[in-house]
Formats: sequence, C-alpha cells, structure tokens
Amino acid sequence: MDDRFAAAWALLPSYLSQHVLLSLCALALGFAVSLPLGVAASRSAAVRWPSLFAASLIQTIPSLALLAMFYPLLLALSALSQAWVGRGFPALGFAPSLMALTLYSMLPILRNTVAGIRGVDPAAAEAAEGMGMTAAQRLFWVELPLAAPVIMAGARTAAVWTIGAATLATPVGQTSLGNYIFSGLQTENWVYVLFGCVASAVLALGADQLLGLIESGLSDRRPWRIWAGAVGLVAGSAAALSPLLGAPAAAAYQIGAKNFSEQYILADLMASRLRAAGARVSVKEDLGSATAYRALVSGDVDAYVDYSGTLWANVLHRRDNPGRAAVLAGLTGELKRRDGVTVLGPVGFENAYVLAMRADRATALKIASLSDLAARAPGLKLGSDLEFLSRPEWTAIRSAYGLAFARLTSYQPTFMYRALGDGEADVISAFSSDGRIAADHLVVLADPLGALPPYDAVILLSPRRSGDARLRRALRPLVGAIGVEAMRDANFSVDRDRDKLGPAQAARVLARRVGLER
Amino acid sequence: MIAFDGVSKTYAGRRVVGPLDLSIGRGEFVAFLGASGSGKTTTLKMINGLAMADAGRVRVDGRVVGEDPAPALRRRIGYVFQEIGLFPHLTVAENIAVGPRLAGWPAARIAARTAELLSLIALPPDIAARPPAALSGGQRQRVGLARALAAGPGVMLMDEPFGALDPLTRDALGRDYRALHDRLDLTTVMVTHDVMEALLLADRIIVLDDGRIVADGPPGALLADQDDPGVRQLMETPRRQMKRLEALQRGDAHG
Repeated sequence: MDDRFAAAWALLPSYLSQHVLLSLCALALGFAVSLPLGVAASRSAAVRWPSLFAASLIQTIPSLALLAMFYPLLLALSALSQAWVGRGFPALGFAPSLMALTLYSMLPILRNTVAGIRGVDPAAAEAAEGMGMTAAQRLFWVELPLAAPVIMAGARTAAVWTIGAATLATPVGQTSLGNYIFSGLQTENWVYVLFGCVASAVLALGADQLLGLIESGLSDRRPWRIWAGAVGLVAGSAAALSPLLGAPAAAAYQIGAKNFSEQYILADLMASRLRAAGARVSVKEDLGSATAYRALVSGDVDAYVDYSGTLWANVLHRRDNPGRAAVLAGLTGELKRRDGVTVLGPVGFENAYVLAMRADRATALKIASLSDLAARAPGLKLGSDLEFLSRPEWTAIRSAYGLAFARLTSYQPTFMYRALGDGEADVISAFSSDGRIAADHLVVLADPLGALPPYDAVILLSPRRSGDARLRRALRPLVGAIGVEAMRDANFSVDRDRDKLGPAQAARVLARRVGLER
Repeated sequence: MIAFDGVSKTYAGRRVVGPLDLSIGRGEFVAFLGASGSGKTTTLKMINGLAMADAGRVRVDGRVVGEDPAPALRRRIGYVFQEIGLFPHLTVAENIAVGPRLAGWPAARIAARTAELLSLIALPPDIAARPPAALSGGQRQRVGLARALAAGPGVMLMDEPFGALDPLTRDALGRDYRALHDRLDLTTVMVTHDVMEALLLADRIIVLDDGRIVADGPPGALLADQDDPGVRQLMETPRRQMKRLEALQRGDAHG
C-alpha cells in the first residue's frame, strides 16, 4: 500500500504538469474561439443557432470517442502536410488531445457569452447607443463588463469539464493524470486509480474555486477578489508546470505499449535497455490495438511489441492459417514491403487468444476443446474483452465450430476475470500468457481445427528507425529470450491482488530471470 | 436647429408617424404631448437616429440625420429617458464621465467637469463614488441628466424623463431642469403624456395624434379655446383642476 502510494506520488510532478499544460492550453484556446463566436452569436441569429447546435452536438459525443477520432484525422492532415510542404507532425499525444478538449470546452463558454450579452439590461444598451457609442465601444465598455460574471460562470464549468476529460487523453498517447487511472485499472492497482481520481478532482475543484473567486469579484465589483483569483491561478499553474522546465527536450525514442500488463512490462524492459545504452526514452502507454500499429508506421512510436496473429488478421486482413513459421515469415516480408515496418524477431512466447474456463466447470461439463464447447454453448455465457467480439479471430472460431452462446458480454479485462469467478460468465476470451490462467485454475480449450492463428510476440521497428544501430543493439537480445512461463509469472506479479509489483519492477525481475541483466 | 421635412415612418405596413413638417428653433423648450401610440417617442428618436425616417428628411443643425455616422450625431445630443439606463458596473462619477471620455477629453478636465455637474444638478459630492444601485429614484434621474449634459450638448432629447418619479421629486426635478435649460442655453425636446408637466415646463407644446400634429403653440394658446375636439378634451382636465384649486384657495381665504 505504502509502496504504491509512494510510487504514485513520485509520478505526480510529471503527470500533473502534463495534465495542467494540456487543460490550460485547451481552455485558453476554447476561450479565445468561443468568446468572439459568442459575441457574433449574440448579435445574429444566423450565427447563434448553428454554433450553439454544433457545440451541443459535440457535447453529446462521449469524450473518449472524441479524443480517439482526432487521431486518424490528424494522421490524414499530417500526410497531406508531408506531401505539400515536406513536413508532417505528430498525430498522437498533445495535438489530438488539445483539439478534442478545446471543442469540448466550448459549449459552456459560448452559451454563457450569448446569454450574458443578450441579458444586458435593454435600458443600459439604449443609453450606450443614445450617447453615441460605436458598436465596439458598446461591447467593451458596457456589454462585456456586464456579461462578465455570466461568462466567467461558463468558463468555470468549462474548466471543470476539461480538467476531468483530460484524464482521457492517456489512450491517445498524451500523459495526464489519466495514466494513473488507465494503468491502475489494467493492473488492478486500485491505489493508482484512486490517486488519479483524487488528483484530478482536487485540481478541478481548485481551479473551480479560484475562477469562482474571480466570478464573484466581477459580479460584486470587488477588484481584490479578481486579483486574488488571478494570482492564485497563475501561481498554481506555474507551480504545476515547473517540472516541465527542468525536463529534457522531447525524448529521442518513443516506445509504445498497448493497454495491458504484459505490454507495460515489455515496454519498460525495452525502454530500460535503451536508457542503459545512453538514449533518452519515453513510453507511450495505453494505445489502442489499431492505433499502436498506425503510430508505428507514421513514426510517432519507434518500437513496440505486437502479436503475429493480430497483425496477420487486422493489418494484412488474412483469414487463413498457414502455421506459426509461415505466418512469421509472411509478416516479415509483407510489413516491410507494404509499410516499411521491420519485424526484428519473435520474443519467444505466444500470447494467443484462447477460450478458457474454470477447471472445475470444464471437468463437470466434460469440455476440453472448442468442439466439445460447441455442443454446450447454447446454455453458456461468453465473457470477452472489449475488442474480441469485433475481431476476425471470433468470426473464425464461431464459423469453424458453429459456436452459439446464450449470451455475449464484453468486459474490461480485469472485470472479465472477475465475471468468470462470479459465474457471470462461463467461458472467457483469455490470453495464453496471462498469469491468471494458472493462478485462477483455468483450463485453455484446445483448438483441434486450427482456427485461431498463432500469436508470437514480435518486436516491430518503425520505418524511420529500421536502420538505427543503437535501437537494434538494445532490442536484439530480447529476440527469442522470453519463454511463456517467464512472461506468465511476470504478468501475474503485476496483476495479482497481493504483493503487487509495478510494471517497471516486474520488468527488472523478468530481465534478471531470463539472463538479460545481472 | 431641428427640422422635419415631409417625414413619415411605417412599422409593419402601418404608418406610425407623418407626414410631418416641423421646425424647432435654437433655445426652444418643446413638449411633444399625446396619448400612448401617438408617435411622439418615435418622432423624438428620429432626431438622434435611434429611429430612422422612411420618407422625408430630419435635419439637426443643418446636417441630415443618417448621412453622417450615427455616433458623431448622438455625441452632440443629450438623451434622457424614463428607464435612465445608468451603467450598473460604473460609479456615479464614471457614469457622468462616459460622454467626455467618448469625446476624448483629458482626465483632469473630465474630473473637473464631473464635480461641476454634480453641483449643477444639486447632488452631494460624496455620492460620486457610489454605484447607481445605492441611489434613490430621483437621485438616479439627476445622474442621468448630468450624464446627458456632461459633454456639453446643444440639444437635449427627453423621453418621459420624470415619468417614474413621485410627484414632489418630479416637480422639483422639472423646475431644476427648466432652470438649467435657460442657463445653459439648450434646445430641449421633451416627450410626455402629462399635460400639466407640458404646460408648466415648455415654451411650446406640440400635440400629436396618430402620428400627426393636431395642435402647435405656446401653453397659453392651447389652454384657450381650440378647434380640435381632441385637444380641447386634453386641456379640459388641467382647466378643471385649476378652477378647483382657485375655489379651494378662495374658500381658505374666507375660512
């Protein structure tokens, strides 16, 4: 408990500074766009209805989806800019997060600006006009000062929303307080989850209180409150952002990781080997499965571990299964030819999609293989992770064995195992390298028809880094080095409930065990 | 000073003013008198361009309204209306200073002018730093007057300026303003539906009905017999009140 709290505390300066930088930029940009737009909207119904409608529509998109949608959009823009001016830009991380959060922050500011200006006492507006103020003087001398408290109330709402939603920037590769929450959920580190939630709540409430001080100063015409709020905001932001000043410039190498323990451990292992070779490295965690490969191709990520079957089906869109060696050879040639991606080699273990059951249930129902399961499936419930049911592997085994379950439910992986334990699910989609298979006494169902492709963990290098000698030297020793037992134990050391290790600790233990480190 | 040549104004297909021909000379104190909907406010607002004529021309000081930018015209004309429209986020002094600031006066001159106006409209200097919300209705309208006068306009437009005040305050403020009109050599056009106010303050009363002038003359002439039955009826009430007051006074004397 104390260890995990201390580890979370140590990460706070870096996570908090990134979170504050992102929220601050999004709010500033949102304010800079919404205020003039709101003024225009208060003057003209032809601007008002479309802009308010668009801002409300954006608000109905779940924030996580909004953030994710900007990645392909920016990728396309980056490709265009590459084609026209010869320079692309990173489509992952800060840029998509900033754009999504800016859009997200706009509605309350826009709506309150319109309401504030339209709510100005008509007598004051008539006096301003009758005295000979120009439209601009009326706006800056009368309307904006009178609407300021209402506009500030909108800015407060926007600040709370943006700071909260910024935690969702983690899956698109932007470090934020969400890193605690996402990695904590994956590794069942509830201390991290709670720490992340409390930190972002404290930040949001603090910003809300300071903006509230400014708002009350504006409405009661108490300048000292406005100053106190402004000084508090500047001082707080400066304190939160200060770690960025001391931080080194952008890391030379970006190692990617998808959103589960094994990926965190392997990314930490790769990063520490690169660091040992004197390189500056950062790890982008919690990437979605498709996002990770696209990020590698575009050079936003320099290296990460993926699985041969996943690449075979999702990247090359192959439905056949020519066998483990043929798939590896096919991938190595095809990815190089098509995307310029280098398959450095297999790590040495498979992490296959398999279906698993509790051993006692499997014995009772006499199920040992997918063929046995097919006969029983109509009375059983399948629990899957979030992507399994939309993957080709599911289509393949469903049609090969004629599987028809009584119910299909998707879970976040941690909760999927809980569902199996509780009897909410009878069969789950598991990963063969998952430490919980042995620890929870599960059996993996055999695949006699060979419908599931092989899932060798392979190290991929981006086209940009394919000739990078330092990267190759650091990662080459990992090829063929880690067996499935070693990986399973490392995964379980992170996933278990007691005596948990952090991914970085687990990576060190794993490196020592397989002889990569002394 | 102010001239209407064949002016008319239409709202939604209905003519609310005109055709109107009218000339107001420098230094005159004119009251537009009429019932609600008689077009008196619209006529007033056509002088400072808050309403625009559909046909004909309005001239102020020889310049046709609508040809110059509206702000330049309005800064030469004081405007006071019943709701006052003091700026709630500014102090009394800052409210009074708006006109001079618009005219680009230096700060020292603005400060001196503000103090001068407070004494001119008989307000204690210590209210200068207060917000309008802390003032009584009468004080607020005095500040409204001071604000309209601050930049030294030659023309004052007043739309029911004292309509929301109690009778005593209303009378005091009316007399104070009449004195200012004479002292500052202003041209004043005031809209009112109060016959007594028009009779007691103005040099000239213009009675409007359905957007047209039905009577135009000095108060004494209007009180005397009139051809127009509407005007006669309008003047009936003050005449009756006057007689009653005289009778009461005689009764007291005999008392």
